Amino acid sequence: MAETLHSLTALGHSEPETHAAGPCRIAERFDVALASLAARKGREADVERAAKAAGVPLPGPARWKDGAPYAAFWVAPGMWFVEAPFASHEDIVAHLKPAFGDAASITEQTDAWVCFDISAAELSPLLERLCNVDFPGAPDGFATRTVIEHSGCYLVKRGPGQVVLYGSRSSARSLLHALETAAASLA
Amino acid sequence: MIFNHPILGPRDAQEFVYLGDASLMRRPDGMTAGIEAFHDWLYNRDNPAGEHRELWYHEQGDRSWLVVTRNTVTHEVIRVELARDVAKAMGRTK
Repeated sequence: MAETLHSLTALGHSEPETHAAGPCRIAERFDVALASLAARKGREADVERAAKAAGVPLPGPARWKDGAPYAAFWVAPGMWFVEAPFASHEDIVAHLKPAFGDAASITEQTDAWVCFDISAAELSPLLERLCNVDFPGAPDGFATRTVIEHSGCYLVKRGPGQVVLYGSRSSARSLLHALETAAASLA
Repeated sequence: MIFNHPILGPRDAQEFVYLGDASLMRRPDGMTAGIEAFHDWLYNRDNPAGEHRELWYHEQGDRSWLVVTRNTVTHEVIRVELARDVAKAMGRTK
């Protein structure tokens, strides 16, 4: 009998890693299913209607909106990333597709990204070393694409000391290294 | 340079990549406009010292194409529009 197969996290282990660096706690998230949702041409009203019925929030530009089971952040005009609990929505596209039909293009994104929860009393000193986001000036629920160490990331501000960061999965270890190095320099 | 993005507000020019002269949006019909017009569109560019309309792509942002009007002498950014809106104003459907 073959050994049971286990999926690996973006950092390559069976369990997500948590690191303490300087004043920051960096926790890999392994419990988020992710999909992109893009309204097809001329179908914006249909997408809005379907999203309302399915309970998918569609926040405005540069915003993240929480919800259960779906949360979402804006990535482009007419396009969002939808988050859901991995345990209940592992196949997130299969959950979303019936709700939106042919009004939207939905693409699985879960395994394309590494997700880090970064927390500290105050994250501005860390983020001003890493990227060009005006973090202190951004409201809670601010979501944007940005560049950290030459790598494109999505940054969601949950609060002054709480950030969710999506980076490309293939660069997960490099992104963690950048975060840890910058965080260690704060101490 | 800072581009005042029509949707996202002021953004650093580092987030964008440059494609070229905004006249690229006016591609003549290669089958009917004649070889001269097509050659002109493909190879000939003005190189003004002053106001210039350019196509920029917000690669590290919302992936939108923009038409940026800027002064090549002073680097002043005069106007930033979504290329989509500019194309629609030109009578295009996409």
